[in-house]
Amino acid sequence: MSLIHEIDYGTPASRSARQVTLTIDGRAITVPEGTSIMRASMEAGIQIPKLCATDMVDAFGSCRLCLVEVEGRNGTPSSCTTPVAPNMVVHTQTNRLKDIRRGVMELYISDHPLDCLTCAANGDCELQDMAGAVGLRDVRYGYEGDNHVRARNDGAINAKWMPKDESNPYFTYDPSKCIVCSRCVRACEEVQGTFALTIEGRGFASRVSPGAHEHFLDSECVSCGACVQACPTATLTEKSVIAIGQPEHSAVTTCAYCGVGCSFKAEMRGEELVRMVPWKEGQANRGHSCVKGRFAYGYASHKDRILNPMIREKISDPWREVTWEEAFSHIATEFRRIQYQYGRDAIGGITSSRCTNEETFLVQKLVRAGFGNNNVDTCARVCHSPTGYGLGQAFGTSAGTQNFDSIEQSDVVIVIGANPTDGHPVFGSRLKKRLRQGAKLIVIDPRRIDLVRTPHVEAAYHLPLKPGTNVAVMTALAHVIVTEGLAAEAFIRERCDWSEFEDWAAFVSEENHSPEATESFTGVPADLIRGAARLFATGGNGAIYYGLGVTEHSQGSTTVMAIANLAMATGNIGRPGVGVNPLRGQNNVQGSCDMGSFPHELPGYRHISDDATRDTFEKLWGVTLNNEPGLRIPNMLDAAVEGTFKGIYIQGEDILQSDPDTRHVSAGLEAMECVVVHDLFLNETANYAHVFLPGSTFLEKDRTFTNAERRINRVRRVMTPKNGLADWQVTQKLAQAMGLNWNYAHPSEIMDEIAATTPSFALVSYDYLDKMGSVQWPCNEAHPKGSPIMHVDGFVRGKGKFIRTEYVATDERTGPRFPLLLTTGRILSQYNVGAQTRRTKNVIWHAEDRLEIHPHDAEQRGIKDSDWIKLASRSGDTTLRAQITDRVSPGVVYTTFHHPDTQANVITTDFSDWATNCPEYKVTAVQVSPSNGPTQWQEDYNDLSNRSRRIAGKIQAAE
Amino acid sequence: MSHDQGREKLIRMANQIAIFFMSQPKTDRAKGVATHINRFWEPRMRKHLFECLDEGADGLMPLVVEASTLINRPSSPTKLDKSGGVAKPL
Repeated sequence: MSLIHEIDYGTPASRSARQVTLTIDGRAITVPEGTSIMRASMEAGIQIPKLCATDMVDAFGSCRLCLVEVEGRNGTPSSCTTPVAPNMVVHTQTNRLKDIRRGVMELYISDHPLDCLTCAANGDCELQDMAGAVGLRDVRYGYEGDNHVRARNDGAINAKWMPKDESNPYFTYDPSKCIVCSRCVRACEEVQGTFALTIEGRGFASRVSPGAHEHFLDSECVSCGACVQACPTATLTEKSVIAIGQPEHSAVTTCAYCGVGCSFKAEMRGEELVRMVPWKEGQANRGHSCVKGRFAYGYASHKDRILNPMIREKISDPWREVTWEEAFSHIATEFRRIQYQYGRDAIGGITSSRCTNEETFLVQKLVRAGFGNNNVDTCARVCHSPTGYGLGQAFGTSAGTQNFDSIEQSDVVIVIGANPTDGHPVFGSRLKKRLRQGAKLIVIDPRRIDLVRTPHVEAAYHLPLKPGTNVAVMTALAHVIVTEGLAAEAFIRERCDWSEFEDWAAFVSEENHSPEATESFTGVPADLIRGAARLFATGGNGAIYYGLGVTEHSQGSTTVMAIANLAMATGNIGRPGVGVNPLRGQNNVQGSCDMGSFPHELPGYRHISDDATRDTFEKLWGVTLNNEPGLRIPNMLDAAVEGTFKGIYIQGEDILQSDPDTRHVSAGLEAMECVVVHDLFLNETANYAHVFLPGSTFLEKDRTFTNAERRINRVRRVMTPKNGLADWQVTQKLAQAMGLNWNYAHPSEIMDEIAATTPSFALVSYDYLDKMGSVQWPCNEAHPKGSPIMHVDGFVRGKGKFIRTEYVATDERTGPRFPLLLTTGRILSQYNVGAQTRRTKNVIWHAEDRLEIHPHDAEQRGIKDSDWIKLASRSGDTTLRAQITDRVSPGVVYTTFHHPDTQANVITTDFSDWATNCPEYKVTAVQVSPSNGPTQWQEDYNDLSNRSRRIAGKIQAAE
Repeated sequence: MSHDQGREKLIRMANQIAIFFMSQPKTDRAKGVATHINRFWEPRMRKHLFECLDEGADGLMPLVVEASTLINRPSSPTKLDKSGGVAKPL
């Protein structure tokens, strides 16, 4: 194993179809028109010296090192900014060029510290490399003159020197090592799109400045790491590299955070992770990253990780560490006892979107083949289950239609109920890049999310709807498109069921669906809806991206159908640049759904009542499968409270914190007799567990994740599982203890079983993924290279189905007692319930959940910024601090759910989507009032947490 | 959650499904409700639904009642399986 080195071509690739042939140093090379001489040379194997150029950003031409001579042209043009031309003859190494380059390097080095041996970039420094490449042997100017290197010159203070900025928890900025190449500034601008960095001053006084001469932490910097990656010297360096040293080997793996599924190189020294660097060839992220994937991996070695299995008789007892064998035998005995006592259907399992395909496949197999029922569900229940249902109905398959590259060809983008710059930051950056190139944006969100107006990006329309009125707004958009004759009739006639379209068109054309009629309850001015509809229908390639602000409503599935209707009505399906794109919350939401984690369907979205599908698995597994759908997570909890559901195996989920109506969840868990939690940490659910099985992190796994674009990516193990067993082995041993004859020797055998039983995965294997890098399902005989875009020649279900979408107000209404609407979301630096990110230095950006409230609502209640407030709904109450902002409209409040001491889900209700029981997190009627301390619930819960984290024989370390 | 609360929730869920299908073309309504419940409701939930129906359908929307003839009545009311749950080999 060695370090993966990626070739830096110096400038981005040209997309031109026209080819140009030229000669560089006597070698003929053919490249696309528009390619720089620098890139063409690199492709021919000739590395022109360079400092300010890197292929992640556009050419800049400032370092004057990459000069070349072109026959028939005057001077020495910079090769990064000079495009190739037919029959051009280029020389990259002449005496004239050698002299110029050496002279330039001499100047750079005269203002640079010569501490190479003790420098963190030693061995990975482009300045060092270039000094070597140009043959620098002497610096005639000396080092004594004006400089940025030393704090004092001859005893006097050197005003040009700036101290190191160590404010960011993950990287340092050392201005004394900066050569002002602007690569960081351009990476922040072009790749990340935040514009946090600039060059202040002029000439010799030029310095890189975060914000307006601020510290990195105080600036707009979002800590994505692009600048650190771009820096050719040690000026911007990961603190982990400073602490450990340069890595010596690396492996390409997949991030374990959001559904973008970025590819990273895990750069290692022995079994120690030195840093995570985004992989340029990763097709989801194209070499970019966010603060979570790039830096927030410290949880993997956090002291809170539990490494031994534990058991306790009652949840009031302290935990007792046991052997794996004892744990498995205890669970098997308990589960079988429960089944004997209460019936076969009294136990079940939950798979996790944080776990891999192979792990979720095994858990659902354990439930179906071992428990003998279909009581298996996954956390997608509480996020994207309406996507599964809605898109399944409309198109015939439960997945997004595009790849992420598709955004590069979009002209109009609707973002509804999603906040990509926080929730899916790398996609957010790719979207912003396209918007800066001129694509138009329509944001449909109760909150003024960053995308509405951010540097060099401004939404053409922001429709600030009242929470819960998505269906009305989407149907009103359709009303305008149909009644103004903007529907794509040719597409619809060819691809969709025409009579269903006619029925739907008549439905949306009814006057009560017009923007004017719905304005009074959606809160969106009719002219905004009309403008947005016209823009989407006529603006070119139209793409819709949506998130949990769509699904987590009592009409979540209806809104998904309305989105599908809108895409079909405007002909925006089946080619690059268009489509319906669910932004998945967790990294393997798509995969866990694909793997048959839902109680009603087997892998590949095939209903459990389908005899042929059951037959496939029955033959392979040697069991008879139950043909009835099993319980969904909320149904399991209801059945537990009722007394007919008594045991559960939960892998990698924290339902107590993440699921709605915490009191109901805890009542359900408390009513069970054997709760098994398989996780990295004693999470909140573990407060109610009887058995704890330690899990392993993505760094300790060889497996696959499937991201939001259906891309199956390899996860590669770079360290030994600290808990001794890989997660699939834990499930396998549990299955064996329950009498199942499982014998997988390697996770690739699990993928082989998936491929053998699931037509859309037919060609997928570890060998094939290694060969292809990654593939997007369906990947089978018909699509051997996978399917970047779906429904290209027709819908999976045959004809696209238009479905009427009538708006029905949620039962959750505001009134005198609870006059405000609470909606929830996430923030860039934290992830889901925070179990991982709270155990990293990311807490520096978000140490607590805050309640966003409009100044008007705050003033009425006598609430000032940062005051403690009580947030109450009919379900419960909690306290947190207020943040006064006009990002939310009057009447709407907003918070995140990353911290267990806030327990935002004590507030949320048990209302859910009509089709899938996906909880209605996004609408809760609440009241806000000043408070002077935690509620009784918070105090009691804290007590319970402390008590249930006791481990016999271990003294609890003070925090 | 008491028995009553559980039943109230089940009735609300059934009615939510009915409300969606009420807006669909007339021929699809009862069939739509029944198919949805057959495909997604575990037998225990359908058993409770039939208990509500058998006791006079109090609180259930007429469309749920209409659809009930098409909903699969669980074969044996969540009979306890004393086999210990081991799936039988073919």
